[in-house]
Amino acid sequence: MASEDKQVKIHVTQRQLVVPGELLAEGEVEVGSPLIYKIDNKYYSSVIGLVDVQENKLNLIPLEGYYFPKVGDLVIGLVIDIGITNWIVDIRAPYKAIMNASDALNRQFNPIQDDLRRYFDIGDYVLAKIALFDRLHNPVLTVKEKGLGKIVSGKIVEIAPSRVPRVIGKRKSMLNMLIEETGCEIVVAQNGRIWINCKDKQFEDILILALKKIELEAHTTGLTDRVRNLIKEEKAKRGLS
Amino acid sequence: MTKKNKPKLIREDGLRHDGRRPDELRPIRMEVGVLSNANGSALVEYGRTKVIAAVYGPRELHPRHISLPDRAVIRCRYHMAPFSTEERKNPAPSRREIELSKVIREALEATIFTELYPRATIDVFIEVLQADGGTRTTGITAASLALADAGIPMRDLVAGVAVGKVDGVLVLDIDQVEDEYGEADMPIAMMPSLGKITLLQLNGVLTPEEFREALKLAEKGIREIYKLQREALKKKYVEIKVEE
Repeated sequence: MASEDKQVKIHVTQRQLVVPGELLAEGEVEVGSPLIYKIDNKYYSSVIGLVDVQENKLNLIPLEGYYFPKVGDLVIGLVIDIGITNWIVDIRAPYKAIMNASDALNRQFNPIQDDLRRYFDIGDYVLAKIALFDRLHNPVLTVKEKGLGKIVSGKIVEIAPSRVPRVIGKRKSMLNMLIEETGCEIVVAQNGRIWINCKDKQFEDILILALKKIELEAHTTGLTDRVRNLIKEEKAKRGLS
Repeated sequence: MTKKNKPKLIREDGLRHDGRRPDELRPIRMEVGVLSNANGSALVEYGRTKVIAAVYGPRELHPRHISLPDRAVIRCRYHMAPFSTEERKNPAPSRREIELSKVIREALEATIFTELYPRATIDVFIEVLQADGGTRTTGITAASLALADAGIPMRDLVAGVAVGKVDGVLVLDIDQVEDEYGEADMPIAMMPSLGKITLLQLNGVLTPEEFREALKLAEKGIREIYKLQREALKKKYVEIKVEE
């Protein structure tokens, strides 16, 4: 595990649970997470999470925390306010997002003629991408890509944003399994809101149960198989399958 | 100021009025994630002192003009519940509580990576449910657990304990009686992994030798508390065991 030239000492094992201030490694290692910080050749964890150790590479998967916006992220926002030329959208981040009318309407926009409420009203969910975001400005959303826009059917399930990678799984294994087993349409947004569209209520209930199980047990191993079993059991219970 | 009816704080057998050794902590209990509305929360007890802490954020700061362009603002409220003391405490924030809010905020600010959340705020609420001495250090211990539970990036957990001098003896983790009738009271908070002190106050008189001795005693106590903090944080996850 250690390279000989610069005495590398890794103090943690794969998938170990760590807390802030825990010493992870000493020496020169590759770090794949901004949540690991370094003081004089010593690497510490800054949040509660699970470490991923691979050769000389350390990664930290946080177990708690807010969603932090990143340009290009797919998010599901909730319209909470309407301005003269824009909407204010809650994306469960520390900052409120802005969606500009000219972007959403895809044409020249005249505030005197157009009533923004006709397009997105307060309480509407919108599937969008983050177009712009930096330290000085609030995130700006865009709906100009295929598949983005107002959500008019299905349901929204909220989970902790830190559990999103688990719902998707390695190479989408978990997500594909969920789609396969329930036959629902699922879109997982990075901010922890999941859009589901099922053909009937029974499958919808099962899927929500499965998602809540993933959220609760995100830090355990072998989760995909357990969730698959849960879905199968629930299906049998309801006489589906 | 002389106090009447001063109880014997160190007994003939060298133990303290409650039967503890001079370097012994009170029984400590910690629980993380006790509130569901808050992003992070913790309940900590040092003996009869009982404190709950809740953390909200990072979230948008209103009014906007008090936000900072380069880092998050930390707001901290230390408050004693009216029922926390023997005689009802006026719930309005007292001069003492406002000052303690400030020193606790500074003790926590040192550990939080505030620069990650410009223009935002992190709100820390510390509510003393039952006071029996050492409420500020208990509050810091609880608040740092709540911050970690909220997933806020921090350099280390902060743990606090008070050292005092009673009847000429240095004692760890003083309670209400020892604070009232003792000669000195020194609350200390540290980031133990990094060996850094984030809060140090001294009320009373200590000689330089006593001060050094007291600091050492506090560090020993803090390391014990730190261990309990880490266990309490991990417990929340370990408890969700699954049948294989």
